[in-house]
Amino acid sequence: MLEKMIFGRYIPGDSIVHRIDARAKLIFVFLFIAIVFLANSWITYGLLILFTLFIVRLSGIRFYFIVMGLKPVLFLLIFTFLLHTFFTKEGTVLLDLGFTEIYTGGVIQGVFIAIRFFVLVVMTTILTLTTTPISITDALELLMNPLKKIKMPVHELALMMSISLRFIPTLMDETDKIMKAQMARGSDMTTGPFKERLKAVVPLLIPLFVSAFKRAEDLATAMEVRGYKGGEGRTRFRQLDWKMRDTGAIIVLLGLAVALVLLRS
Amino acid sequence: MDITLRQVSYAYAAGTPFEKRALHEVDLTIPTGSYQAIIGHTGSGKSTVLQHLNAILKPTAGTVTIGEKVLEAGVKPKELKSVRSRVGIVFQFPEHQLFEETVEKDIMFGPMNFGVPEEEARRRAHELVGLLGLPEGTLQKSPFDLSGGQMRRVAIAGVLAMDPDVLVLDEPTAGLDPRGRKEIMNLFARLHEEKNLTTILVTHSMEDAARYADRVAIMHSGRCVVEGTPQEVFAQDELLRDFRLELPQSVKLQREFETITGQAFPVLYLTEETLAEAIASHFEQESEGTR
Repeated sequence: MLEKMIFGRYIPGDSIVHRIDARAKLIFVFLFIAIVFLANSWITYGLLILFTLFIVRLSGIRFYFIVMGLKPVLFLLIFTFLLHTFFTKEGTVLLDLGFTEIYTGGVIQGVFIAIRFFVLVVMTTILTLTTTPISITDALELLMNPLKKIKMPVHELALMMSISLRFIPTLMDETDKIMKAQMARGSDMTTGPFKERLKAVVPLLIPLFVSAFKRAEDLATAMEVRGYKGGEGRTRFRQLDWKMRDTGAIIVLLGLAVALVLLRS
Repeated sequence: MDITLRQVSYAYAAGTPFEKRALHEVDLTIPTGSYQAIIGHTGSGKSTVLQHLNAILKPTAGTVTIGEKVLEAGVKPKELKSVRSRVGIVFQFPEHQLFEETVEKDIMFGPMNFGVPEEEARRRAHELVGLLGLPEGTLQKSPFDLSGGQMRRVAIAGVLAMDPDVLVLDEPTAGLDPRGRKEIMNLFARLHEEKNLTTILVTHSMEDAARYADRVAIMHSGRCVVEGTPQEVFAQDELLRDFRLELPQSVKLQREFETITGQAFPVLYLTEETLAEAIASHFEQESEGTR
């Protein structure tokens, strides 16, 4: 039932995008998010779209997944587009609806914001589709390492993140199972009036919480008996290795930034 | 209530790149009042078949007929509650579905969802607690304070309280101790007789299939490959080995006995008791012959 979720899913592959160091990918995406705001004209936004499509092409990910990634934010995309279309009063009047007027500037602004949204979502989707959750957490831990100086529990944060990522599929399976069991007992949260569906959530949530707490306890015990005691002096099984191509990726992105600065009006 | 599967195929996540076909053109007829065992290796599609038996999964191709209700691939069924109230499923590790404050309320949950009046539901809860060998005081306890075995019994009571015509059991005794296992299986056999239930048992235990069922179906890679009486099915040693299944203990012993004595019994003995008797009378005859 929940098997169509695409969020946080990793699609194995062997493209250059897959092979780039997870740290480089994280820096890349963060910088990209900042760079997007440099664009302010048709030509710069066009460049952003081209660049994004180029990355999609490089990753070898089927377009289907990108579309699935966009689906949940489609509503937001349309909403912001409409908001800008109706409330930006610039340029000449395009359409007179009587109660309000639509200006050319509004439509253009709406399209720009939609493009901005689109490239951001596609870029982050590509990041999660081509990087295993575990290497994302590894990369985050390494990138945040300097924060240890100011007593940030970096290792613990990373551990928390990887544990929660690890248990998402487990909890999904569990939800599916309990949902089916309660459906067989006549409680159905997929059909019927809203109030009834809301009531049907309780028989789902309570068993889910009970088993989640039990799992947490079991996991804590399992870690304890294997002598886990935090990140101090711990070596890594998965080594991250920064190569020339990782530096190259960042340079390409900086190139894009320079181009945007030069081309923006 | 007859249940018929006609050319049923099912794929998980159908229409996405994650599509995984779990069933291929399964044909299976379960007549009213029969005790059908479904056996097969892990991942053979047993549990997927089971979820079609009360329309929790709908076939991606083919038809499932449950009593009067016909579920056809691609046709959205209108109303499923009537089917679900008549087919009770005890899922694997059913104790995970407990959620109410008291055992009594949890047992009453199923029947009340299907419109049974509160008093009647309460009466059934009291009756079932006794039937499943739980102490009377259990009813007012929280289900989370019980032991694992007791939780299992409460969960089973919660399904039986719906008073279904068809009882579907998915490995109901997994993780129980041998005695609890026997008690529960005997209880199901008794209910099957007394209430004239149609029982469908999904199991890894060849012994349970041999002892209790009157029809056995073998699933392999999403197909129903063999169907027949336990006598017919367990006589095919070679075939079972191909599907990576064991013979029931008693049949194994019978085969060994036959190789040693060089004398074949006319029938397969599907339980230890009947085999023991047959062997005993075999020796009696032999000693009479030598006298």
